[in-house]
Amino acid sequence: MGDVANTENIPVPRELAVVYNRADRIFRRIVTSGALTSLILLGLIGMFLFVKSAQIFNDRGLSFITGSNWTAGSGDGVIPDDFSIGPMLTGTVLVSLIALIIAMPLAIGGALYIEFYAQLRIRKILSTLLDLAAAIPSLIFGLWGVAIFTSFGERWSALFNARFGWVPFIRVENEIFGRSPFVAGCVLASLITPIITSVSREVFSRTPRDLIDTCYALGSSRWGAIRTVVLPFGKSGVIGGAMLGLGRALGETVAVYLLLNIVFRYNFRILESEGGNIASLIATKFGEATEYELKALIAAGFVLFMLTLVVNMLAATIVQKSTVRK
Amino acid sequence: MSPTVTDIQQATSIPEPTTPWARTRGEQLGTVATFLISAIAATCIVLVTGLAGIDGFGLTLFVIFVAITFVRTIRLNAKVRKDEFVKIAIFAAAVLAFSPWMSIFASVIVKGAKGFRPNFFVETMQTTTPDDELNLGGAGHAIIGSMLMVIIATVITLPLGILSGVYLTEVRGRLTFWVRFVVQSMSGVPSIVAGLFIYTTFIDFTNSFSGMAGSLALAVLMLPTVARTAEEVLKLVPDDLRSASYALGARQWRTSLMVVLPTVRSGLTTAAILGVARVIGETAPLLLTSLSSNSYVFNPFGSPIGSLPTYVFGLLQIGTENASNRAWTGALVLTLIVLALFSIARFVGGKDRR
Repeated sequence: MGDVANTENIPVPRELAVVYNRADRIFRRIVTSGALTSLILLGLIGMFLFVKSAQIFNDRGLSFITGSNWTAGSGDGVIPDDFSIGPMLTGTVLVSLIALIIAMPLAIGGALYIEFYAQLRIRKILSTLLDLAAAIPSLIFGLWGVAIFTSFGERWSALFNARFGWVPFIRVENEIFGRSPFVAGCVLASLITPIITSVSREVFSRTPRDLIDTCYALGSSRWGAIRTVVLPFGKSGVIGGAMLGLGRALGETVAVYLLLNIVFRYNFRILESEGGNIASLIATKFGEATEYELKALIAAGFVLFMLTLVVNMLAATIVQKSTVRK
Repeated sequence: MSPTVTDIQQATSIPEPTTPWARTRGEQLGTVATFLISAIAATCIVLVTGLAGIDGFGLTLFVIFVAITFVRTIRLNAKVRKDEFVKIAIFAAAVLAFSPWMSIFASVIVKGAKGFRPNFFVETMQTTTPDDELNLGGAGHAIIGSMLMVIIATVITLPLGILSGVYLTEVRGRLTFWVRFVVQSMSGVPSIVAGLFIYTTFIDFTNSFSGMAGSLALAVLMLPTVARTAEEVLKLVPDDLRSASYALGARQWRTSLMVVLPTVRSGLTTAAILGVARVIGETAPLLLTSLSSNSYVFNPFGSPIGSLPTYVFGLLQIGTENASNRAWTGALVLTLIVLALFSIARFVGGKDRR
């Protein structure tokens, strides 16, 4: 009788010894080296960009980040080279933040609609459309922005300026409204909305069904279930998706190049038609750059690389944590 | 004779399942009616006042719809009312989110159709200026160049991506976490940075802009997509299959190579297709690596080479009417390629699902 409680007799699970023979070890080594290429590649990108631009960081130090001039020297030393990316850096962040602020509510609304409100047939159509939208090249977004959206953007800008001109960020000096951080930000928003929407939809769909049903059983409305269960459950995933979108917006080249006047002056008035972005700076200046200027462009690329890497690593951490199947 | 199941069913009338939460016909009609009334009212307001364009119409429609809903639900309790308003807000957000994409598809089709002629696919811009009529010249060289570069990039990336996927799901070595983490964060490397990287390495080394350089830059961008999709696909292989293979005495390498990988052959094709769709429209890295050309180039080494994105981009810079018409046609072709790739991926990927 006492045997039942006797824990000593319960067998312990056997330790499984995995033995790899030579063929296995070779196979594993090949696969490992293949998988390591991405690790090595990322390291190489950072290293090469840094090595090639070390001279710039050495010459200019912190003023490369803070200064606001991009002047190619005359070569004989009369006009010295002066390269720095201050306005481009703040411009990159400004445009991306505008895009993110506009995209977030739309993406969350869109994801909630697809996942919880749309009928099955509409849901299928919309999710196909969503996948497709996420794959449209940014060049086409830029093209659409120039040809179609700019007229809307200009009209909205003029309206904002007339109504809310007393807000310091919105006031403009010249009443030309196209090619402003606001217009570029709007187009970037439509570019990153699909990314955020599909990540959000993914995490929303992982919400345990029984928790939602419990909400309904307790007499909750649909919004009640979303607010108390779905949103808290998907919060970190949505934030991760937002970071992914932000990373994409920070590194966007062509759309911004087509939609923004690149001006080397610190500008925080979002409707003014001047601004900047590191990636489009590189695309603009690359063609006719002198050798030293090229190094400065590579240095700018390095700064952009580090910036997006940090954002994307944060995003990867958050998304990985929230999408692990429990 | 003992009673059969049907006898019992007939004896006890089974109640029909009810769905008390479903929206009644009346509620649905109410919503539709509200929408119609708002639309008519909004049209009148837009026509009478100066509120211009489709955006003004949308805003008016939204405001009137909210107002009517407010009046309609004023007798209901607070919870139901709130639910109703949230529904409108979410629907509006979804419409706003989806309308730019609809607009993009529509404008690409409408504006791209003008130059969508046979000569666009075979002729080049060698003897044609961008301003010439649309029945002259084309983007044959750009299409060939894009295809060439994307094929080389796929040939480089696919094995590496599959190896990454196999490492993450089969081998599961010590670096699993790091490989997955790096692949995730690498997918966010800005495309122009990939171009700069190839510029500072490969082009510095070979001393010329070339299609190969473009392919390498595209490969850098393609690798994370392929690796991640391959991992997702390999994850779907049931563990029973692996166990069965081990139980039959197969070693790990045979299990992976001869059981697991063949099972997901079509999934890996999907990975490659999604990778191609990711990079086919990339412009920025090609501006730094392969530049562009006006005639057919088949040799990926030694000389600049045309591609669809740089073709569109270059014509946009010129900006005259015929040039932008050509650019829109290029954009239409790009969109169609992406669409076709997605359809193929759907079709192929659908075969794996059980």
